[in-house]
Parts: sequence; structure tokens; C-alpha cells
Amino acid sequence: MGADKKAVPFKGTEEQKQQLLEMIAGLKNERGALMPILQKAQDIYGYLPIEVQTMISDETGIPLEKIYGVATFYSQFSLYPKGKNQISVCLGTACYVKGSGDVYNKLMEKLGIEGGQCTPDGKFSLDACRCIGACGLAPVMTINGEVYGKLTADMLDGILAKYE
Amino acid sequence: MISINELNQIKAEMEGLVAMRCEGEAAIKAMSKEGQTYKRHVLVCGGTGCTSAHSEEIIERFKDGIAKNGLEKEVCVIRTGCHGLCALGPIVIVYPEAAFYANVEVSIVDEIVSEHLVNGNMVTKYLYDKTVTDKGIISMHETDFYKKQNRVALRNCGVIDPESIREYIGTGGYQALAKVLTTMTPEDVIQVVLDSGLRGRGGAGFPTGRKWAMARTLVQDGGQKYVCCNADEGDPGAFMDRSVLEGDPHVVLEAMAIAGYTIGASQGYIYVRAEYPIAVQRLEIAIKQARECGLLGENIFGTGFSFDIGLRLGAGAFVCGEETALMTSIEGNRGEPRPRPPFPAVKGLFERPTVLNNVETWANIPQIILRGAEWFASMGTEKSKGTKVFALGGKIQNTGLVEIPMGTTLREVVEEIGGGVPNGKKFKAAQTGGPSGGCIPASHMDVPMDYDNLIAIGSMMGSGGLIVMDEDNCMVDIAKFFLEFTVDESCGKCNPCRIGTRRMLEILDKITKGQATMDDLDRLEKLAAHLQKSSLCALGQTAPNPIISTLRYFRDEYIAHIVDKKCPAGVCKDLLSFKVDKDKCIGCGLCARNCPANALNKTDYVAPGHKLPSFEIDSAKCIKCGVCIGNCRPKAITKQ
Repeated sequence: MGADKKAVPFKGTEEQKQQLLEMIAGLKNERGALMPILQKAQDIYGYLPIEVQTMISDETGIPLEKIYGVATFYSQFSLYPKGKNQISVCLGTACYVKGSGDVYNKLMEKLGIEGGQCTPDGKFSLDACRCIGACGLAPVMTINGEVYGKLTADMLDGILAKYE
Repeated sequence: MISINELNQIKAEMEGLVAMRCEGEAAIKAMSKEGQTYKRHVLVCGGTGCTSAHSEEIIERFKDGIAKNGLEKEVCVIRTGCHGLCALGPIVIVYPEAAFYANVEVSIVDEIVSEHLVNGNMVTKYLYDKTVTDKGIISMHETDFYKKQNRVALRNCGVIDPESIREYIGTGGYQALAKVLTTMTPEDVIQVVLDSGLRGRGGAGFPTGRKWAMARTLVQDGGQKYVCCNADEGDPGAFMDRSVLEGDPHVVLEAMAIAGYTIGASQGYIYVRAEYPIAVQRLEIAIKQARECGLLGENIFGTGFSFDIGLRLGAGAFVCGEETALMTSIEGNRGEPRPRPPFPAVKGLFERPTVLNNVETWANIPQIILRGAEWFASMGTEKSKGTKVFALGGKIQNTGLVEIPMGTTLREVVEEIGGGVPNGKKFKAAQTGGPSGGCIPASHMDVPMDYDNLIAIGSMMGSGGLIVMDEDNCMVDIAKFFLEFTVDESCGKCNPCRIGTRRMLEILDKITKGQATMDDLDRLEKLAAHLQKSSLCALGQTAPNPIISTLRYFRDEYIAHIVDKKCPAGVCKDLLSFKVDKDKCIGCGLCARNCPANALNKTDYVAPGHKLPSFEIDSAKCIKCGVCIGNCRPKAITKQ
């Protein structure tokens, strides 16, 4: 999947860099600080490109290969930018037995992308997630954190239209 | 820093307020107590399910309505944690009547305000229908969903405002910590926890008291020890830990401090899933409040005992629910498990002795300290004491959270508490224990559910997710679903899990496509046995469980896929064929217009009594998407 993604040029601003440096300065003496640092860095930049990982390595003294190892281990860290609207379909068991697999397939068809990818216009990215705990509303998906429950494939056009 | 006297004073001030949120006589008695200022309490659920269904807007609307009617001094609005019956969310409960309003929408709030809060009449049409009976309106606690429940771990969820430490103290919060620090030795605490029979609620069921005793005694070098809370609730379909954190976060902090005193630790960590933003936020608030009151920090209650808690967020790796992987992750590494021994009680977090328990386990501790081991051990079965929270999901009427004594049967849970399988479908199996567990078929519905019985019938307690499946679910597909999950989540450290899960998934894939032979089934069973024996951690060791248990009870479904090339439940697309019943078809053509593959053609055949010729499906073109079935009004199209 990674191979067909085009490299997006890194466009970090000076302001973001300042934020990053301040954040690292506040955390780096804590034991096991790498995870919180990566999480906050992703909050600042939206993703963790190699440029950001390198800055973290320079500031903390943690080897870059270790940072890369951690960043690629956890599914919430992304090395690629996400779409303007991030769709996440729950494929947890409760949602799956109620048909979230169909919803996910339908979204891939409608958006013309695979899970984990972003549409070429940058509008939507699609991911599967495992259980957000809203099992009472199954099947569910979230768009930019907003939860849509009791979904059917028919509802998708109406929901996506809100974000066009 | 707060003293025990001050703690008791807050308790006295708040007790009346909180006690009103029970029912009947007790509530009325509480109303006359000192400190009681409000005549009515409106409790709006602020759990993830109800928040997703816009309960925040409902709270605002209630506040507006109350202000407009000048009732601010008589009615308070509280955002609580989860009430359990998520299927009916958003939920609003009004005390002292314990009136249970279900599926509340913003548009009906004004009517509840004017009728109920102003005029004092419950608005029957919006009440949960099971509380409206021939004999009048009954309390929610008498309905089938609630009456068999016994809330210990969830006792404050849906009752108190989770963002108010004063309300928690009002329910007796931090009294257990005070009791432990002033009247008990660490050995006393260990003895009480041992005697209670409490076993770890995260799934494996290891006796909690023994874990604490090991962490206290095995290493005594005076160095740092740690207490950890596993809130990385990764089993899809389980959300009890989330509900405790969202509804009663202080109970976890109090229990961890008790363990800290017991094993000699001054630092704790809570490792919580980043997928639970509300839980994270409430934990942050709770930790801040506890520090401000001196209930965390230096010299708690002036006893010389110091304990603090840090919050660490996961980043979406299921394996981090495994204890050694969780600790590796807190240390800032890839969350890979380590071999045991050494066990965490000897070498855990940062290579120091560590106690790690799951959220629900922690939630039981303060009550065990306050009410005694005997009280706790009086509930449950011989070897599994107390209660267990289950998250009911899937094909069941009342999805939500239930806390029941250990030993309750699956039949009681599904048919009575859960309200049965919806749409008149037949119950097929319940899946417990998530990707590490197995399924319980209808023939075992009367087995009392506890740790040992569930293992005996090939499943496991797990963290308590209970997903109901009906006749429309294919068990081979379900096994494949879980294997896809473990393949995704295998951390890759050990070969049996990394390669074995993938090979098993390939075989399952062949089976669901009708390409497998009976030899493949043999290979699948052999591989499953190898993984159980040789994987490094519980993720790999238990990964074959969904296959083994579905094979045990639903072997005929596997054989139908392999030998007959049929999927009896009609799920596996490659084995389905769609057919039009020509005598039922009215020739309307809706199917053909909506077919994305142009697979429906008009025939020359006109069925007797019909005017238009019927359609047929070109199976070479059909992509088996099922759109035609949804569109066919006379139900003439079937899949086989």
C-alpha cells in the first residue's frame, strides 16, 4: 500500500517547529517520553513525516531508527498526511456482525480508494478502526470525530454530501 | 492536603444529594436530609454512546428550560456516566421518581420540562416502554434489563457526576483509602483481597491478592515499585472499562493508591486507549482534582504515604493489552511482549516490580475494603467470586452494559436481560472473549458463566465482550474475521504468531471461497495446535481459539463450505448464487434498473396472473452484491 502513495512535500511552518521544540523540552526528561512526544507531534503536524522524526531525534538524542520503529508500530501514527475529512469505519465485532463490512466496502467503492488511502483531491481519507466503544449504535463510523451510528450503505451519500 | 475529618465533612455535605438518586423510600428519606437543596435531579447520560447521539445538546436544552421556568434552585442537571442500556440512548433519568426517558431527542425536552419538572407529571409517552405497565409506572430497577443486575464495579456509573470529586466522596469515595492508610497493614490488605476471591477481570482470571502479595514480597530492596492500570480495552465489542473510566474515574485512582500502599509503590500509571477521548478527558480531570485535594501526591491524609499517577495514551495496538507489551509501550518502545518469567511482580515496568490490573478489577477494590471480603465472596460461584460486567452487542435487543453475579447463565443474559434476538431470528451463538475467545452455542446456554466453566466449554471470560449471533451469521466467516484481526494486530516478534496466523487466515479464505479440501481442514487444526503451544504471548497462544471453538460446535458449516460448496448462512459471497423465482416475479424491473453489473435480463415467461414478463439473473455477470434483493418488493429474488 505504501508504494503507490506519492511523497507529499513537507510543508512545516516555523510556528509548528517552535511548538514542537517547546513540547519536547517539556517532556524529554520524563521516563518513556517518546510515545507522548510522537502523539503531540502528530497533533501539531497532522502526521509524522521523516522531517519531524528527524527533529525529534535531534532534540531528544533518541536514534532515528528507534523513532521510526515506534512510529510504524502503532496504527494511530501516520507517516502520510490524512485527508481534510478523516473517515474511520468501525470493524469491531459488534459493528461487523451488524454489517459494517458492507459500509466499509461501499465507501471504498464510492471514494475510489482503498482503506488507509486518501482521495487524490485530499478531501477524504478512509481507515478502518477497531471498536470505538459505541457498540450500542452499531454499525458506526466517524468523520473527523463526529460519530454516525446505526448506518446502512444507503445513508452514505447523504452523509458524505455534508463534507463535499 | 485534606485530612480524614475534612473528607468526612465533604461526605456528610454531599451524601444527601447523591443518595437522592436511588429510588422510592430511600430517595424521599434522602430528600429530607441536610444538605439537600434540589427537589429534582435530571441525570443525562454522557457516556460515549449517548454523547454520540447528541446528549450534550439535550443537557443544554434542559438547562435553558429550567432557567426559563425559574427552577434553578429546585432542579439540577447532571451529566453522568453510562446507564448501561445503550440501545435506548440518549437516556435521561429524573429523580426522585426514577423516571426513565428513552431515545430522548432535543425536540421533546421542553415538554418534559413543562410537564414533569414544572407540573410534576411524568410524560408517559416518552418513558422506556418496559417501565409503563398495567399496574402503573414501575421503576427502571424492576425492568427485565435491570432487575437481575447487581452493580458493584458500575455502582456509581450513571449515578454521579464523574467530573465532581465531591460527588464521589459523597458516595463513600476515598473512605477505603483512608481506612487502609490508618487502620490496616499491607498484609491485612492482601489478606482481605485474597479472602474476597477477586480474580483479574481482564480475562485470564489470576487471583488479584496473589499478584499483590508477590509484588510486595518477592523483591524487597527498598527500590521503586509501580502500580499500573490496564485501560487498553482492545477487545472489539467490549466497553466496560471505558464506562467505568467515563462514569466513575476516581474509583480507579483510589484503588491504585491502595495497591501502592500495599506493595510499597509511590508511582502509578494508567495506560488508556487513545480511542476513548471522553475517558481520557475525565481521567485527566479526576487526577487533577485528586492532586488538588491531596488524595494523590505527597503525604496523603498526613500518614506519610505518597502516591501519584501518570496517564499514558495508547496509539492503536491491540497487543498492548498484553501486560508485558503494555509496560514496554509505557517505556516508550514498540509495544512488543517479553517472555515470562520474569513476571511483572519481579521485573515489570522499567525492570522494577509492578502490579498491573485491569480497570474493572480496580473498580471492585474499594468496595471490598469497605464492605469486607465475606460480602464479596458471598456473590458468584465457588471459584469465581463477585460480579462481572458484560458488554452485550451484536444481534440482541438490549445492547449495553450489564453487571451480573458470576454464575448467571447465558440464557438469562440473552433472553431475559438482553431481551432476546431481534426480528424473530434464531439465536445461533454468543462470542465471548473477543479474538482470544470462543463461541457458546445454543446447547450450552444453561451453563453458569464463570472463568472455569467458560474455559471448559471452549470459550473464555475475556474482558467481558458478549456478541450475539443469529442464523444469518456464518461461523466460518466469523472465524475469518477474528483471524484477520489477529493477523493485523500480531506484533511480529515471534514466528508462530506472525506466520501462523497468516497461514491460518489463508486456509480460512480458501474455505470461504469454496476452494478448500478436507486436507486443508486437517492442516488448519494442526496449525492451531502449534500456535497455542509455541507463541510467545497470549495474543498468539489464543489466536486459534475462534477457529477451534467454531470447529468444535459448527464443524458441519465448515464441511458445507468445503464439500458441498455452500454457505448455509448465505454470507460467503463466492458460494452464493442469486435466483429469481419466475412465478413470484411481477416484472417491475426495479432489480434491473438498480443492478450495478447489468446482470438482470427480461425473459419471455409471464407467470400466471401477472401482466409483465419475469426477469432472470445472468450468473456470469452477477457480482452478488445483494442490491436486487433489497429492491424486490414481491421477494422473488433469493440467495442460496
